[in-house]
Amino acid sequence: MILFLEQMLNGLQLGVTLFLLAGGLTLIFGIMGVINLAHGSLYMIGAYVAATVSMASGSFFLGLLAALAAAAIVGMVMEFLVMRKLYARDHLDQVLATFGLILFFNEATVMIWGRNPVAMDVPEMLQGLVEIIPGVPYPVFRLVVLAVGLLVAVSLYFLISKTRIGMLIRAGATHREMVGALGVDIRLLYTLVFGFGALLAGLAGVMAGPTSSIEAGMGESILILTFVVIVIGGIGSIRGALVGAIFVGLVDTLGRAFLPNMLKLFLPPAQADGIGAGVSSMAIYLLMALVLIWRPKGLFPAHD
Amino acid sequence: MTDKLTRKNIVVGLSLLALALLPAIAEASGHTFLVFSFSRVLIYALAAISLDLILGYGGMVSFGHAAFFGVGAYVTGILAFHSFDGSTIFGMEGSNFAPFAWVASVILAAVAALVIGFFSLRTGGVYFIMITLAFAQMLFFFFISLEQYGGDDGLVLYDRNEFFGFDMHDDVTFYYICFVALIGFLFLCRQVVNSRFGMVIRGCKQNERRMAALGYPVMQYKLVAFIIAGAGAGLAGALMVNQNEFVSPDILHWSKSGEIMVMVILGGIGTLYGPVFGAVAFLMMEEFLPQGLEAIGLDGMKEHWRFIFGPLLIIIVLYARRGIYGILVGKEAEDG
Repeated sequence: MILFLEQMLNGLQLGVTLFLLAGGLTLIFGIMGVINLAHGSLYMIGAYVAATVSMASGSFFLGLLAALAAAAIVGMVMEFLVMRKLYARDHLDQVLATFGLILFFNEATVMIWGRNPVAMDVPEMLQGLVEIIPGVPYPVFRLVVLAVGLLVAVSLYFLISKTRIGMLIRAGATHREMVGALGVDIRLLYTLVFGFGALLAGLAGVMAGPTSSIEAGMGESILILTFVVIVIGGIGSIRGALVGAIFVGLVDTLGRAFLPNMLKLFLPPAQADGIGAGVSSMAIYLLMALVLIWRPKGLFPAHD
Repeated sequence: MTDKLTRKNIVVGLSLLALALLPAIAEASGHTFLVFSFSRVLIYALAAISLDLILGYGGMVSFGHAAFFGVGAYVTGILAFHSFDGSTIFGMEGSNFAPFAWVASVILAAVAALVIGFFSLRTGGVYFIMITLAFAQMLFFFFISLEQYGGDDGLVLYDRNEFFGFDMHDDVTFYYICFVALIGFLFLCRQVVNSRFGMVIRGCKQNERRMAALGYPVMQYKLVAFIIAGAGAGLAGALMVNQNEFVSPDILHWSKSGEIMVMVILGGIGTLYGPVFGAVAFLMMEEFLPQGLEAIGLDGMKEHWRFIFGPLLIIIVLYARRGIYGILVGKEAEDG
């Protein structure tokens, strides 16, 4: 039961990390109609910059700021140089061009930081354990990640649904020309939204940094999970991204934690470990297939 | 193809002739290693053509094509493993007999395409891209979990398959086996593309709703095209495992799907022969770009050729959309 609670929290933590990526990606897709494979690269940039700056300066906070700034700036430059030309193109061109971006960013990372994973410490004031319920210690850092993620989710929801900029974003998604005709600088709006999505991806990278291995290509494995989240949640929907992210985070984490043991009830231990690991890696994809049979447009489709 | 001496027929004819004579050319010029490299090119060309069938003609942007490539490779690899081991799989003995193993590869890749296609084709647009990618990733993890067959590290073959009396270890013989497979598949695709079935598939790309309104069961047509494409990639996989005498989950890594897609675009999407040009260009670039960088004094960049290739790819996508074949052949390129 205690183990279950811990794994639940771990799952939620993965969930909020996925949400930060999925939220930005789905926003970008919903508004600009562009699929960006290089979104994971921004996550990677966030993690690398945070690790480097926080190690060099000794301040996690400085690392965080640098990472957010780096991700947002790289994102906006990317939008300005490449993505802007892709809005009117079909998805195939978008996939290929952003695939090119991935190759570029991964190789650039290898050139700067080398092939070995980079380490990042948990910030000093967030080290240690806290008892979530009596007798159950849990790392403080992971709780903070969870809290930040949820906070961002709530703020994002309010930003999109209650503020003027959110209104423009929603309007830009459905009635692009009309918003332009009303005097809003659509190009600038797009660049800003892209930069904002990049910033969220960078934040996800910082938060995942201390608990995962920071290496070239780390962006893509999580990007594919993010795609699963978006497919389950429904493209263009923030609410869908949140529900999908939590769902995927829990299923993935709990599957990995408990499936091998459950299989041991029926199978010899060695076999159960192997099959359990395999099946739990595949679990979220099976989940996705099930959701698709039921709802081909995801749980919360934004547009029809 | 008519017998007219059009620009297209000349380009295609000369290129196929060059491929047919490649071992002799390599021998004569003393670059015999090219035969081995070009077997690889032919195998990738086969995979790229199969992808183009759905991508270029059917408008289905599948980002998980390496999955079928990998299934094909693993089926042949696993059969060979059991054949050497003397053990059984699902009560069946393994086999190192090429025709049997390769047909098994094709059939199982087709079955994988049937299942993945059945789910993926329920959706369209960007969903389809993400779902095909996700399913391919699922199979990637599946093969990683097969510890009996090497898991992460992959499976080393003890020997290439036996193919009647042919000496499979002879580079030239193996090259021609790949060549015949490629030509055979090209011929099949030409028949498919120009048939009534092919017209329906091409119609779906332009306007799926209209095809549905005309009474065609669009979904079934697309699924059949998806299965043919999967089968073709499966055959390519079976050849690949023989070429390398090794198979690992890397063969169905998502970036492999990306590379096959790049070959299609580089060569010319929606054309039969384009992907062949794309495979030649991509793989030769992969082989010679590092050397080229070294030659112009950028030694340090040698292993980082992707740093150059990434932006190059973006420029190609943005500004050179017709592909190599389109540039060579001009307007006739899309005649099928």
